[in-house]
Amino acid sequence: MSETLPQIFFGALLANNFVLAMFLGLCPFLGVSGRLDTALPMGAATTFVMLVASLCAFGLNWLVTTFHLEFLRLIAYIVVIASAVQLVEMVLKKHSPALFRALGIYLPLITTNCAVLGVALFQTAREYDFIQALTFATAGGAGFSLALLLMAGLRERLQLANVPNVVQGTALVLMLAGLLSLIFMGFAGLGAGE
Amino acid sequence: MSLPGPKPRSNLEELLEGIWKQNPVFIMMLGMCPTLAVSVSAVNALSMGLATGFVLSGSTLLVSLIRNIVPREVRIATYILIIATFVTVVDYLIQAISLAIYEALGAFIQLIVVNCIILGRAEAHAARNPPLRALLNALGMSMGFTIGLLALGAVREILGAGKLFGISLFGPDFQPWVVMMLPPGGFFVLGAWLLFFNWFNRRKTPVASDKPAQGHAHV
Repeated sequence: MSETLPQIFFGALLANNFVLAMFLGLCPFLGVSGRLDTALPMGAATTFVMLVASLCAFGLNWLVTTFHLEFLRLIAYIVVIASAVQLVEMVLKKHSPALFRALGIYLPLITTNCAVLGVALFQTAREYDFIQALTFATAGGAGFSLALLLMAGLRERLQLANVPNVVQGTALVLMLAGLLSLIFMGFAGLGAGE
Repeated sequence: MSLPGPKPRSNLEELLEGIWKQNPVFIMMLGMCPTLAVSVSAVNALSMGLATGFVLSGSTLLVSLIRNIVPREVRIATYILIIATFVTVVDYLIQAISLAIYEALGAFIQLIVVNCIILGRAEAHAARNPPLRALLNALGMSMGFTIGLLALGAVREILGAGKLFGISLFGPDFQPWVVMMLPPGGFFVLGAWLLFFNWFNRRKTPVASDKPAQGHAHV
Protein backbone atom coordinates (compact mmCIF):
# COMPACT_ATOMS: atom_id res chain seq x y z
CA MET A 1 0.00 0.00 0.00
CA SER A 2 3.06 2.19 0.15
CA GLU A 3 3.06 2.99 -3.55
CA THR A 4 2.38 6.62 -4.30
CA LEU A 5 0.19 7.65 -7.23
CA PRO A 6 3.04 8.87 -9.47
CA GLN A 7 4.84 5.62 -8.78
CA ILE A 8 1.84 3.62 -9.91
CA PHE A 9 1.28 5.83 -12.92
CA PHE A 10 4.79 5.81 -14.32
CA GLY A 11 5.32 2.23 -13.30
CA ALA A 12 2.40 1.04 -15.38
CA LEU A 13 3.06 3.51 -18.19
CA LEU A 14 6.76 2.94 -18.75
CA ALA A 15 8.70 0.60 -16.49
CA ASN A 16 6.07 -2.15 -16.45
CA ASN A 17 4.47 -1.21 -19.73
CA PHE A 18 1.51 -3.52 -20.29
CA VAL A 19 2.50 -4.59 -23.76
CA LEU A 20 6.28 -4.47 -23.78
CA ALA A 21 7.13 -5.64 -20.28
CA MET A 22 4.14 -7.65 -19.10
CA PHE A 23 3.01 -9.15 -22.41
CA LEU A 24 -0.61 -8.12 -22.05
CA GLY A 25 -2.70 -7.25 -25.07
CA LEU A 26 -0.38 -8.60 -27.73
CA CYS A 27 -3.07 -9.65 -30.21
CA PRO A 28 -4.27 -6.11 -30.97
CA PHE A 29 -0.68 -4.91 -30.64
CA LEU A 30 0.37 -7.16 -33.50
CA GLY A 31 -2.91 -6.86 -35.39
CA VAL A 32 -3.91 -3.20 -35.36
CA SER A 33 -0.50 -1.57 -35.33
CA GLY A 34 -0.22 -1.42 -39.11
CA ARG A 35 -1.36 2.17 -39.48
CA LEU A 36 -1.24 5.22 -37.25
CA ASP A 37 -4.80 6.36 -37.90
CA THR A 38 -6.34 3.14 -36.61
CA ALA A 39 -3.83 2.72 -33.81
CA LEU A 40 -4.89 5.86 -31.97
CA PRO A 41 -8.66 5.14 -31.80
CA MET A 42 -7.93 1.54 -30.89
CA GLY A 43 -5.76 2.75 -28.02
CA ALA A 44 -8.45 5.18 -26.90
CA ALA A 45 -11.22 2.56 -27.04
CA THR A 46 -9.12 0.08 -25.09
CA THR A 47 -8.24 2.70 -22.49
CA PHE A 48 -11.91 3.52 -22.05
CA VAL A 49 -12.84 -0.13 -21.62
CA MET A 50 -9.99 -0.50 -19.14
CA LEU A 51 -11.30 2.37 -17.04
CA VAL A 52 -14.82 0.95 -17.04
CA ALA A 53 -13.48 -2.50 -16.24
CA SER A 54 -11.35 -1.15 -13.42
CA LEU A 55 -14.30 0.74 -11.90
CA CYS A 56 -16.59 -2.27 -12.11
CA ALA A 57 -13.91 -4.65 -10.89
CA PHE A 58 -13.45 -2.49 -7.83
CA GLY A 59 -17.15 -2.68 -6.99
CA LEU A 60 -17.42 -6.36 -7.84
CA ASN A 61 -14.39 -7.25 -5.78
CA TRP A 62 -15.97 -5.59 -2.77
CA LEU A 63 -19.23 -7.44 -3.38
CA VAL A 64 -17.56 -10.78 -3.91
CA THR A 65 -15.37 -10.51 -0.81
CA THR A 66 -18.27 -9.35 1.34
CA PHE A 67 -20.35 -12.36 0.43
CA HIS A 68 -17.38 -14.79 0.38
CA LEU A 69 -17.91 -15.78 -3.22
CA GLU A 70 -14.28 -15.47 -4.35
CA PHE A 71 -14.65 -18.31 -6.82
CA LEU A 72 -17.09 -16.17 -8.80
CA ARG A 73 -14.67 -13.26 -9.14
CA LEU A 74 -13.21 -14.20 -12.51
CA ILE A 75 -16.59 -14.97 -14.04
CA ALA A 76 -18.04 -11.70 -12.79
CA TYR A 77 -15.12 -9.70 -14.20
CA ILE A 78 -15.30 -11.20 -17.64
CA VAL A 79 -19.05 -10.64 -17.92
CA VAL A 80 -18.66 -6.98 -17.00
CA ILE A 81 -15.84 -6.51 -19.50
CA ALA A 82 -17.86 -8.14 -22.26
CA SER A 83 -20.75 -5.78 -21.55
CA ALA A 84 -18.46 -2.74 -21.53
CA VAL A 85 -17.06 -3.72 -24.91
CA GLN A 86 -20.57 -4.14 -26.27
CA LEU A 87 -21.31 -0.59 -25.10
CA VAL A 88 -18.25 0.88 -26.82
CA GLU A 89 -19.14 -1.02 -29.96
CA MET A 90 -22.67 0.40 -30.06
CA VAL A 91 -21.47 3.95 -29.43
CA LEU A 92 -18.82 3.73 -32.15
CA LYS A 93 -21.22 2.17 -34.63
CA LYS A 94 -23.63 5.03 -34.15
CA HIS A 95 -21.19 7.93 -34.09
CA SER A 96 -18.37 6.82 -36.34
CA PRO A 97 -19.28 4.00 -38.74
CA ALA A 98 -16.06 4.48 -40.73
CA LEU A 99 -13.92 3.91 -37.69
CA PHE A 100 -16.15 1.01 -36.70
CA ARG A 101 -15.38 -0.70 -39.99
CA ALA A 102 -11.67 0.10 -39.82
CA LEU A 103 -11.27 -1.56 -36.44
CA GLY A 104 -13.27 -4.54 -37.66
CA ILE A 105 -12.89 -7.78 -35.79
CA TYR A 106 -10.46 -6.23 -33.30
CA LEU A 107 -13.21 -4.22 -31.65
CA PRO A 108 -15.23 -7.14 -30.24
CA LEU A 109 -11.90 -8.79 -29.52
CA ILE A 110 -11.18 -6.14 -26.88
CA THR A 111 -13.18 -8.52 -24.70
CA THR A 112 -10.43 -11.06 -25.08
CA ASN A 113 -7.70 -8.44 -24.73
CA CYS A 114 -5.70 -9.69 -21.79
CA ALA A 115 -4.69 -6.15 -20.91
CA VAL A 116 -8.25 -5.33 -19.89
CA LEU A 117 -8.76 -8.38 -17.72
CA GLY A 118 -5.17 -7.91 -16.57
CA VAL A 119 -5.99 -4.47 -15.15
CA ALA A 120 -8.86 -5.93 -13.17
CA LEU A 121 -6.84 -8.89 -11.91
CA PHE A 122 -3.69 -6.97 -11.03
CA GLN A 123 -5.51 -4.24 -9.13
CA THR A 124 -7.23 -6.94 -7.12
CA ALA A 125 -4.01 -8.83 -6.47
CA ARG A 126 -2.18 -5.68 -5.38
CA GLU A 127 -5.09 -4.48 -3.23
CA TYR A 128 -5.21 -0.99 -4.71
CA ASP A 129 -7.74 1.40 -3.26
CA PHE A 130 -10.20 3.26 -5.47
CA ILE A 131 -7.98 6.15 -6.57
CA GLN A 132 -4.95 3.88 -7.03
CA ALA A 133 -7.00 1.52 -9.17
CA LEU A 134 -8.18 4.32 -11.44
CA THR A 135 -4.62 5.65 -11.78
CA PHE A 136 -3.41 2.17 -12.60
CA ALA A 137 -6.08 1.68 -15.28
CA THR A 138 -5.40 5.08 -16.85
CA ALA A 139 -1.67 4.48 -16.95
CA GLY A 140 -2.14 0.97 -18.28
CA GLY A 141 -4.37 2.24 -21.08
CA ALA A 142 -1.98 5.08 -21.86
CA GLY A 143 0.93 2.65 -21.90
CA PHE A 144 -0.95 0.34 -24.26
CA SER A 145 -1.75 3.26 -26.57
CA LEU A 146 1.85 4.46 -26.42
CA ALA A 147 3.21 1.08 -27.43
CA LEU A 148 0.62 0.76 -30.19
CA LEU A 149 1.45 4.22 -31.56
CA LEU A 150 5.21 3.66 -31.48
CA MET A 151 4.79 0.38 -33.29
CA ALA A 152 2.41 1.83 -35.87
CA GLY A 153 4.85 4.65 -36.57
CA LEU A 154 7.71 2.20 -37.03
CA ARG A 155 5.67 -0.06 -39.28
CA GLU A 156 4.56 2.83 -41.49
CA ARG A 157 8.21 3.70 -41.98
CA LEU A 158 9.04 0.09 -42.72
CA GLN A 159 6.67 0.08 -45.68
CA LEU A 160 9.28 2.14 -47.46
CA ALA A 161 12.24 0.07 -46.37
CA ASN A 162 13.69 -2.72 -48.42
CA VAL A 163 13.44 -5.75 -46.18
CA PRO A 164 14.65 -9.22 -47.19
CA ASN A 165 11.78 -11.47 -48.24
CA VAL A 166 12.18 -14.03 -45.50
CA VAL A 167 11.97 -11.51 -42.70
CA GLN A 168 8.73 -9.90 -43.80
CA GLY A 169 5.52 -10.23 -41.88
CA THR A 170 5.06 -11.10 -38.26
CA ALA A 171 8.67 -12.13 -37.71
CA LEU A 172 9.82 -8.59 -38.44
CA VAL A 173 7.16 -7.09 -36.19
CA LEU A 174 8.24 -9.36 -33.35
CA MET A 175 11.88 -8.37 -33.76
CA LEU A 176 10.84 -4.72 -33.65
CA ALA A 177 8.75 -5.37 -30.56
CA GLY A 178 11.79 -6.97 -28.98
CA LEU A 179 13.88 -3.88 -29.67
CA LEU A 180 11.17 -1.59 -28.29
CA SER A 181 10.91 -3.77 -25.25
CA LEU A 182 14.67 -3.54 -24.79
CA ILE A 183 14.40 0.24 -24.92
CA PHE A 184 11.59 0.28 -22.37
CA MET A 185 13.76 -1.75 -20.02
CA GLY A 186 15.78 1.42 -19.69
CA PHE A 187 12.90 2.81 -17.65
CA ALA A 188 13.25 0.07 -15.05
CA GLY A 189 13.49 1.58 -11.61
CA LEU A 190 11.09 4.36 -12.49
CA GLY A 191 7.99 3.99 -10.36
CA ALA A 192 7.07 0.83 -8.54
CA GLY A 193 9.02 -2.24 -9.56
CA GLU A 194 7.54 -5.69 -9.52
CA MET B 1 1.31 -30.49 -48.32
CA SER B 2 -2.09 -30.60 -50.05
CA LEU B 3 -4.79 -27.98 -49.70
CA PRO B 4 -7.32 -28.51 -46.89
CA GLY B 5 -10.17 -28.67 -49.40
CA PRO B 6 -13.88 -29.04 -48.71
CA LYS B 7 -13.90 -32.84 -48.44
CA PRO B 8 -14.61 -34.22 -44.96
CA ARG B 9 -11.51 -34.83 -42.95
CA SER B 10 -10.63 -38.01 -41.15
CA ASN B 11 -10.39 -38.04 -37.37
CA LEU B 12 -6.63 -38.32 -37.56
CA GLU B 13 -6.38 -35.23 -39.72
CA GLU B 14 -8.61 -33.44 -37.24
CA LEU B 15 -6.17 -34.30 -34.49
CA LEU B 16 -3.04 -33.45 -36.44
CA GLU B 17 -4.30 -30.14 -37.74
CA GLY B 18 -3.48 -28.25 -34.56
CA ILE B 19 -0.04 -29.75 -34.21
CA TRP B 20 1.43 -28.72 -37.52
CA LYS B 21 -0.73 -27.21 -40.25
CA GLN B 22 -2.62 -24.83 -37.99
CA ASN B 23 -0.25 -24.64 -35.05
CA PRO B 24 -1.75 -21.99 -32.76
CA VAL B 25 1.58 -20.46 -31.81
CA PHE B 26 3.57 -20.46 -35.02
CA ILE B 27 0.94 -20.37 -37.75
CA MET B 28 -2.21 -18.83 -36.34
CA MET B 29 -0.44 -16.49 -33.91
CA LEU B 30 -3.16 -16.86 -31.31
CA GLY B 31 -2.72 -16.72 -27.57
CA MET B 32 0.46 -14.70 -27.79
CA CYS B 33 0.27 -13.15 -24.35
CA PRO B 34 0.64 -16.28 -22.22
CA THR B 35 3.02 -17.72 -24.80
CA LEU B 36 5.54 -14.96 -24.38
CA ALA B 37 4.97 -14.16 -20.73
CA VAL B 38 5.20 -17.64 -19.33
CA SER B 39 7.88 -19.21 -21.51
CA VAL B 40 10.85 -18.19 -19.38
CA SER B 41 11.52 -21.82 -18.53
CA ALA B 42 10.55 -25.20 -19.92
CA VAL B 43 8.70 -26.22 -16.75
CA ASN B 44 6.54 -23.11 -16.75
CA ALA B 45 5.85 -23.53 -20.43
CA LEU B 46 4.81 -27.14 -19.96
CA SER B 47 2.46 -26.43 -17.06
CA MET B 48 0.90 -23.52 -18.90
CA GLY B 49 0.42 -25.71 -21.96
CA LEU B 50 -1.26 -28.42 -19.90
CA ALA B 51 -3.51 -25.96 -18.08
CA THR B 52 -4.59 -24.34 -21.32
CA GLY B 53 -5.09 -27.75 -22.88
CA PHE B 54 -7.39 -28.79 -20.07
CA VAL B 55 -9.52 -25.67 -20.41
CA LEU B 56 -9.52 -25.94 -24.19
CA SER B 57 -10.58 -29.59 -24.28
CA GLY B 58 -13.18 -29.23 -21.54
CA SER B 59 -14.83 -26.14 -22.90
CA THR B 60 -14.74 -27.38 -26.48
CA LEU B 61 -16.47 -30.60 -25.49
CA LEU B 62 -19.15 -28.75 -23.56
CA VAL B 63 -19.69 -26.16 -26.28
CA SER B 64 -20.03 -28.91 -28.83
CA LEU B 65 -22.54 -30.79 -26.67
CA ILE B 66 -24.82 -27.79 -26.25
CA ARG B 67 -24.28 -26.36 -29.72
CA ASN B 68 -27.87 -26.95 -30.81
CA ILE B 69 -29.50 -25.55 -27.68
CA VAL B 70 -27.78 -22.18 -27.41
CA PRO B 71 -29.47 -19.32 -29.30
CA ARG B 72 -27.17 -17.54 -31.76
CA GLU B 73 -27.45 -14.14 -30.09
CA VAL B 74 -26.02 -15.19 -26.75
CA ARG B 75 -23.53 -17.78 -27.93
CA ILE B 76 -20.37 -15.75 -27.29
CA ALA B 77 -21.49 -14.90 -23.76
CA THR B 78 -22.28 -18.55 -23.16
CA TYR B 79 -18.87 -19.66 -24.42
CA ILE B 80 -17.09 -17.11 -22.25
CA LEU B 81 -19.00 -18.27 -19.19
CA ILE B 82 -18.14 -21.91 -19.89
CA ILE B 83 -14.49 -21.03 -20.41
CA ALA B 84 -14.36 -18.90 -17.26
CA THR B 85 -15.81 -21.77 -15.27
CA PHE B 86 -13.15 -24.18 -16.50
CA VAL B 87 -10.43 -21.64 -15.81
CA THR B 88 -11.66 -21.24 -12.25
CA VAL B 89 -11.44 -25.01 -11.86
CA VAL B 90 -7.91 -25.09 -13.22
CA ASP B 91 -6.91 -22.13 -11.07
CA TYR B 92 -7.89 -23.96 -7.89
CA LEU B 93 -6.47 -27.23 -9.21
CA ILE B 94 -2.98 -25.84 -9.82
CA GLN B 95 -3.05 -24.14 -6.45
CA ALA B 96 -3.75 -27.52 -4.90
CA ILE B 97 -1.13 -29.41 -6.89
CA SER B 98 1.86 -27.10 -6.74
CA LEU B 99 2.04 -23.73 -5.07
CA ALA B 100 5.42 -23.03 -6.67
CA ILE B 101 4.04 -23.34 -10.20
CA TYR B 102 0.97 -21.35 -9.18
CA GLU B 103 3.18 -18.47 -8.09
CA ALA B 104 5.42 -18.70 -11.14
CA LEU B 105 2.49 -18.48 -13.54
CA GLY B 106 0.73 -15.82 -11.47
CA ALA B 107 -2.12 -13.94 -13.05
CA PHE B 108 -1.60 -15.75 -16.32
CA ILE B 109 -3.58 -18.75 -15.12
CA GLN B 110 -6.68 -16.62 -14.76
CA LEU B 111 -5.84 -14.90 -18.00
CA ILE B 112 -6.39 -18.21 -19.81
CA VAL B 113 -9.98 -16.97 -20.02
CA VAL B 114 -9.00 -14.40 -22.59
CA ASN B 115 -6.71 -16.69 -24.56
CA CYS B 116 -7.97 -16.22 -28.11
CA ILE B 117 -7.29 -19.85 -29.05
CA ILE B 118 -10.03 -21.11 -26.79
CA LEU B 119 -12.77 -18.72 -27.83
CA GLY B 120 -11.62 -19.00 -31.42
CA ARG B 121 -11.89 -22.79 -31.38
CA ALA B 122 -15.26 -22.69 -29.64
CA GLU B 123 -16.67 -20.33 -32.24
CA ALA B 124 -14.96 -21.64 -35.35
CA HIS B 125 -14.94 -25.37 -34.71
CA ALA B 126 -16.76 -26.72 -31.68
CA ALA B 127 -20.00 -24.91 -32.46
CA ARG B 128 -20.20 -26.71 -35.81
CA ASN B 129 -18.93 -30.19 -35.11
CA PRO B 130 -20.06 -33.22 -33.11
CA PRO B 131 -18.38 -33.74 -29.71
CA LEU B 132 -15.85 -36.38 -30.74
CA ARG B 133 -14.40 -34.38 -33.62
CA ALA B 134 -14.42 -31.20 -31.57
CA LEU B 135 -12.56 -32.93 -28.77
CA LEU B 136 -9.99 -34.42 -31.14
CA ASN B 137 -9.39 -31.05 -32.71
CA ALA B 138 -9.06 -29.44 -29.29
CA LEU B 139 -6.57 -32.08 -28.18
CA GLY B 140 -4.51 -31.47 -31.29
CA MET B 141 -4.60 -27.73 -30.72
CA SER B 142 -3.59 -28.22 -27.09
CA MET B 143 -0.64 -30.32 -28.14
CA GLY B 144 0.33 -27.79 -30.77
CA PHE B 145 0.13 -25.00 -28.22
CA THR B 146 2.16 -26.96 -25.69
CA ILE B 147 4.80 -27.78 -28.29
CA GLY B 148 4.99 -24.14 -29.29
CA LEU B 149 5.35 -23.05 -25.68
CA LEU B 150 8.01 -25.68 -25.04
CA ALA B 151 9.95 -24.64 -28.14
CA LEU B 152 10.07 -21.10 -26.80
CA GLY B 153 10.57 -22.03 -23.16
CA ALA B 154 13.38 -24.46 -23.86
CA VAL B 155 15.33 -22.02 -26.03
CA ARG B 156 14.90 -19.21 -23.53
CA GLU B 157 15.91 -21.38 -20.60
CA ILE B 158 18.94 -22.83 -22.38
CA LEU B 159 20.21 -19.46 -23.54
CA GLY B 160 19.13 -17.42 -20.56
CA ALA B 161 20.13 -19.73 -17.74
CA GLY B 162 22.14 -22.55 -19.33
CA LYS B 163 19.62 -25.06 -18.03
CA LEU B 164 16.84 -27.28 -19.33
CA PHE B 165 14.04 -28.33 -16.98
CA GLY B 166 16.25 -26.98 -14.20
CA ILE B 167 19.21 -29.24 -15.06
CA SER B 168 22.42 -27.40 -15.78
CA LEU B 169 23.71 -28.11 -19.29
CA PHE B 170 26.99 -26.33 -19.72
CA GLY B 171 28.64 -26.53 -16.32
CA PRO B 172 29.50 -23.59 -14.07
CA ASP B 173 31.54 -21.63 -16.61
CA PHE B 174 28.53 -20.79 -18.75
CA GLN B 175 27.88 -17.09 -19.03
CA PRO B 176 24.06 -16.82 -19.07
CA TRP B 177 22.48 -14.68 -21.75
CA VAL B 178 20.20 -12.92 -19.30
CA VAL B 179 18.28 -10.88 -21.83
CA MET B 180 16.64 -14.06 -23.08
CA MET B 181 14.85 -14.46 -19.76
CA LEU B 182 13.66 -10.85 -19.84
CA PRO B 183 10.69 -9.63 -21.88
CA PRO B 184 12.70 -8.64 -25.00
CA GLY B 185 14.05 -12.20 -25.18
CA GLY B 186 10.50 -13.53 -25.59
CA PHE B 187 9.91 -11.35 -28.62
CA PHE B 188 13.32 -12.18 -30.10
CA VAL B 189 13.01 -15.94 -29.71
CA LEU B 190 9.50 -16.09 -31.14
CA GLY B 191 10.62 -13.84 -33.99
CA ALA B 192 13.55 -16.15 -34.64
CA TRP B 193 11.30 -19.22 -34.71
CA LEU B 194 9.00 -17.53 -37.20
CA LEU B 195 12.01 -16.60 -39.32
CA PHE B 196 13.06 -20.21 -39.26
CA PHE B 197 9.63 -21.40 -40.39
CA ASN B 198 9.45 -18.74 -43.10
CA TRP B 199 12.81 -19.86 -44.39
CA PHE B 200 11.81 -23.53 -44.14
CA ASN B 201 8.56 -23.04 -46.04
CA ARG B 202 10.31 -21.01 -48.69
CA ARG B 203 12.84 -23.76 -49.24
CA LYS B 204 10.08 -26.31 -49.63
CA THR B 205 8.24 -24.26 -52.25
CA PRO B 206 11.12 -22.67 -54.10
CA VAL B 207 9.42 -20.68 -56.86
CA ALA B 208 7.01 -17.78 -56.93
CA SER B 209 4.69 -18.38 -53.98
CA ASP B 210 5.19 -15.25 -51.91
CA LYS B 211 2.31 -16.05 -49.61
CA PRO B 212 3.46 -15.48 -46.04
CA ALA B 213 3.10 -18.41 -43.70
CA GLN B 214 0.75 -16.70 -41.30
CA GLY B 215 -2.18 -14.42 -40.84
CA HIS B 216 -5.06 -16.25 -42.46
CA ALA B 217 -6.76 -17.51 -39.43
CA HIS B 218 -8.48 -14.77 -37.51
CA VAL B 219 -11.95 -15.79 -36.50
